[in-house]
Amino acid sequence: MDLLKTRKLNTIKQYLISILLIVFTAILCFFSVDIIGYRAVALILLFMVSVNAILFDIFPVMLSAMLSAIILNFFFIPPTFTWQIETTEDVLMFLMYFVIACINAVLTYQIRKFEQKEIEQEEKEKSIKLYNTILNSLSHELRTPISTIIGAIDTIKENQTKLSDKNRKELYSEIEIASFRLNRQVKNLLSISRLEAGFIQPKVDWCDLNELVFSAINDNEKETQNHQIVFIPKNMPCVKIDNGLTEQILFNLIHNALQHTPTNSIITIKLTHNLTHCFIEVSDNGKGLPTNEIKYVFDKFYRLNQTVPGGTGLGLSIVKGFTEAMKGKVIVDNLKIGGARFLIKIPCEFSKNTNLGNE
Amino acid sequence: MNKAEVLIIDDEPQIRKLLQINLESNDYKVVQASTGKEGLILSASHAPDLILLDIGLPDKSGHDILKELREWYNKPIIILSVQDNEIDIISALDNGATDYLTKPFRTGELLARIRSAIKRSQNSENDIIITCGDIEINLVARIVKQNNEVIKLTSTEYNLLALFAKNEGKVLTHQYLLREIWGYTFQTETQYLRVFVGTLRKKIEVNPNNPQHIITESGVGYRFQ
Repeated sequence: MDLLKTRKLNTIKQYLISILLIVFTAILCFFSVDIIGYRAVALILLFMVSVNAILFDIFPVMLSAMLSAIILNFFFIPPTFTWQIETTEDVLMFLMYFVIACINAVLTYQIRKFEQKEIEQEEKEKSIKLYNTILNSLSHELRTPISTIIGAIDTIKENQTKLSDKNRKELYSEIEIASFRLNRQVKNLLSISRLEAGFIQPKVDWCDLNELVFSAINDNEKETQNHQIVFIPKNMPCVKIDNGLTEQILFNLIHNALQHTPTNSIITIKLTHNLTHCFIEVSDNGKGLPTNEIKYVFDKFYRLNQTVPGGTGLGLSIVKGFTEAMKGKVIVDNLKIGGARFLIKIPCEFSKNTNLGNE
Repeated sequence: MNKAEVLIIDDEPQIRKLLQINLESNDYKVVQASTGKEGLILSASHAPDLILLDIGLPDKSGHDILKELREWYNKPIIILSVQDNEIDIISALDNGATDYLTKPFRTGELLARIRSAIKRSQNSENDIIITCGDIEINLVARIVKQNNEVIKLTSTEYNLLALFAKNEGKVLTHQYLLREIWGYTFQTETQYLRVFVGTLRKKIEVNPNNPQHIITESGVGYRFQ
């Protein structure tokens, strides 16, 4: 595929290089023609035209074919330094030379054009496939809560007298859960489109990371019933980062861990810092990430092959996007003892006055 | 006592309907406007006890309507906004909005905000003792009690808590709090505020990690309840 790059050079460069190649080869041959004979020179020049045909567009190739024919006739075919050709044999060879050079150029060009079309077609098919996957997962992810809401409301409306109190309450709570899910998906979609459009501009202010972690844990509460979230707050100074972005990073990481680990799993959150960066680590004791898929987990709309239903594959791409918007980095790996680990590093300022409370 | 009257200015009929049903079943009288212009006219002719103003109206920006209303209207105005854009919210609060809610909001939350905003607007400022749940603050003696036990606070902590308590239920922006407690030059030093809120929480919250009194409004400020 590297050869293809030469075709992206501008036309003037292509002409220049192809002519130079022919001229250079001709000069070399000129000094060795006594040893190899002029018929071998014809073959060598023909070879160079073929090389050009592989490297360049059709017009520079045609030009080099003609140029080489002229050179061959003038400098090599006896009588040399004239346009005349002595023997019928040589006339025939010269004509054949010219025709083969041209056919060479045209054929290579056509094969290439065909190849190009094939590649384009393949790419098109790939993007259509990706688009369909995204559309499927999105529409499923959005339609499920909507169907739940519509279905539950129909049931309540049509069975007003028949419905037991307990069932009615359950339907109400289903509607509630579905609406929250819908709201979360819309929020994710808005975040990703803001990221795509480059609209995310971090607004840094002092914030208490411990507080952000607790708030992210509390926001995930509804889904934590069977998981244990371990977070031991540390005496951290205030850090200057974007509050809202960091909160969503934390929320998404915890949410992701909750979704992808079996019930009763333990999710551990750790905060640390050095002089220039703060570190947020979210790890779990689940199965960990499949090693062949680990590099894709931050891709937009990517979902693990064996994953629980639900989710659009946006959460972690938002984590990455938001972290990078704050000039930070996100690292993912598997722990030796099992389970996945996400580490966020964000460069930030630290407050010095942590002991103001004792004034 | 007469029913309190609430004016809803929102262009979405579904939201208006929802609010109307909710407010009417909670004993409020409801007036509705679907455009900013209509809202301004109705607010002048009805003089409602509270206005719910949607910030994204088609004919006129909610921010402009807020400014126009605030030239003469001194009762609570609660802003409804779809995007949780903090800058938008802070600017509305600076322009005189009493409180804000972002859609989608829980109706229980909305009613609590309306109730507390109306209550605050009717209260005289001369209360000596403010009670909020298990906390009791004596503004003259500068004593804070929780479950009848005195809590020791530094003077800054006390000032902060008293300011919170006087504005119970209302969101106070970082800038406002810093200005009131530390003065104009400290308006951007939010780290002071973080630290003091942290220590205050340790003293008055049952679980400082899941605060019930001093609630963080992400990117905006704090609310005491």
